Amino acid sequence: MIEVNGVSKMFGAFPAISDISFKVEPGEILGFLGPNGAGKSTTMKIITGFMPPTDGNVTIAGYDIVTDSLEARKHIGYLPETVPLYTDMTIKDYLEYMGRLRGMSRDYINQRISEVIDICNLGDYYSTIISKLSKGFRQRVGIAQAILHEPDVLVLDEPTIGIDPIQVVETRQLIKNLGGEHTLIVSTHILPEVSQICERVIIIHEGQIIAEDTPENLAQRLVGSERVDLDVKGPQQDVLVALQQVEGVREAVRLEGQPGSVPRYRVQSELGIEIRAELASTVINSGWGLLRLDGVIMSLEEIFLRLTTEDELIQQVDPTQEDASAE
Amino acid sequence: MNTFTVAWKEIKGYFSTPAAYIVGAMFLSLTGIFFVFDVTSPFAEASVRGIVNWASFFIVFLAPLLTMRLLAEEQKLGTLELLMTAPVRDWEVVLGKYIASLIMFSATIILTLYYVLLLYVFGQPDTGPVLSSYLGLMLHGAAALAVGLLGSSLSANQIVAAVVGIAVLLMLSFVDRVGSLVSGVAADVLNGLSLNAHVTDFTRGVIDTANVVYFLSITAVFLFLTIRSMETRRWR
Repeated sequence: MIEVNGVSKMFGAFPAISDISFKVEPGEILGFLGPNGAGKSTTMKIITGFMPPTDGNVTIAGYDIVTDSLEARKHIGYLPETVPLYTDMTIKDYLEYMGRLRGMSRDYINQRISEVIDICNLGDYYSTIISKLSKGFRQRVGIAQAILHEPDVLVLDEPTIGIDPIQVVETRQLIKNLGGEHTLIVSTHILPEVSQICERVIIIHEGQIIAEDTPENLAQRLVGSERVDLDVKGPQQDVLVALQQVEGVREAVRLEGQPGSVPRYRVQSELGIEIRAELASTVINSGWGLLRLDGVIMSLEEIFLRLTTEDELIQQVDPTQEDASAE
Repeated sequence: MNTFTVAWKEIKGYFSTPAAYIVGAMFLSLTGIFFVFDVTSPFAEASVRGIVNWASFFIVFLAPLLTMRLLAEEQKLGTLELLMTAPVRDWEVVLGKYIASLIMFSATIILTLYYVLLLYVFGQPDTGPVLSSYLGLMLHGAAALAVGLLGSSLSANQIVAAVVGIAVLLMLSFVDRVGSLVSGVAADVLNGLSLNAHVTDFTRGVIDTANVVYFLSITAVFLFLTIRSMETRRWR
C-alpha cells in the first residue's frame, strides 16, 4: 500500500533523511519511532506529498507521490505534527470544507461527518468554534479530518503529543481501532506507545533506519545490556570461565574469528554497570595477554535510552480513569 | 470546482470576521471625505474623476489589507500543509483565494456607487467617463489584489504580508515620477510600468486597450508569481 524506495532529503547540505526504504502492507499499523529530530516529520511530509524528496520515490496505492501526486493524495489522510485547524470555523464547517476539498459529494460528506464525529467522540462540540476547544479535542478534530474521506492510507505525525494522559490513552485506542480498515503510519518518540498500537516498528535515527521489527522482537533484542569485546591471549576455556565470574557479567562468549588470530570474546553485562576495568584486571592478574578491549557502541540501545519512556504517568492515571468510567 | 470551494470558504471568512468590514469602512470613509471635498470645492464638476483618483490611491492600501490574511494565515496555522496534501492543485488554491478577494473588493467598490448616485441626483455627469472610470478602478483593483496576494504568500505574518504588498504597490504607483527624471528608453519603461499612468486615461473616459492589457498582465504576472511562491514553500 505504501512503498518508500531509497528516499533522501537534503536541506541545503544537511541530510535530514538518507536512503530510507520500507513497505507497509494494507491494513497494517506501522510505528515510526525515533528521538526528536531523527527525521520522522520529514519522512511523513514526503510520504504525504507535501515535500518532494531529493532522491528516491514514494508510491501510495500504486501512484507515485510526485509524478501522480493528485491521485496519490486522494488515498491519504494526514495529521501533521501541528494540528492544522482553521480556528475561526466550527467543527462542522471545518469538516465540511475538508470533505469538499477532497471531492466528496454533499450526501457522502454529511454521512461521514456524523460517523467520524461518533468515532472521535466529538458529538457535544459539533458546532463549537475550534479556537474554543482544548488541545485534546483539537487533536481529535485533526484525526476526524484525516479519516473523513475513508482514505486507504493514514499518516499520523505524533498524534499524542501535548495532550493530557487520559486523552492519550483514548487517542491510542482510537488509533488502534483504525487499523484493519486503514493502512497506518504513526510516528512517535514515545517507546511504550508503539508497543501498544503498532504491529511493526521502524526505528529511525539521524535520518537513517536502524532497525525494523515487531515490538515484541525489538523488546527482546533490547533486554538492556552493554557489550564489551576483548582480545585475550591465553587458554580459551579458562579465559571464558574467568570472564564469566566477573561481577555484573551476564554472558561471555567466544566469537568466531580468523584461524590463528588471537581469540576474541564478547561479554554482555547489565545495563549501566561499568565492567571494563574489572575485566582488564581479571585478565592481567591471571597472567594472560590483553591485546584489545573496547565497548561496543550499541546504537539501538543508545537511541532507546533517548526515547521517552514516560508511560508511568499514564499508568498511574489509567486505573482512576477506569474507576471513573465504572461508576 | 476546488477553486470555488476555496473561494466560497474565503468569502464566508471575509463576511464573518470584522477585519474586512473595518478595512472596507476605512476605505469608504476616506473616499467619502474626499468626495465631499470634491463636490463642495468652487467650480466643482459633476464627474467621478476626483473620487476615482483618490480611490485608486487608497487601493494601494485596501488591496493588501484585504489579501494579507489569505495565504499568510494558512502558513501560520499549519493548514497549508493540509491544503497542499489534499488533492488540490496549487493554482486552484491561489485562484480561489484571489477570486474571494476580488469579490470582497467589488463589494466595497459597489458601495461607492452611492457617490455616483448623488452626482446623478444633483447634477448631470457624463455617463461615459463614469463607466470607464469604474472599469479602470476594477482593473486597478484586480492588479493590486494580485500583488497583495503575492505578499501574503511570502510570509506567515499578516503584517509583513501587507507591508510587502503596500511597498510593491507604492513603487509601481509612483515609478512614473522617477520616469520623469530620466529620458529615452528608461523613461518609457518606467512610465510603462506605472500603475498611476495607466489609471489616468480611464478617468478621462478613454478605454485604451494598452491600459487594459497592462492591468491584466500585472494581474497575471503576480498571480503566476504567487503560484510559484507557493510551490517553493514545499521546498522549505
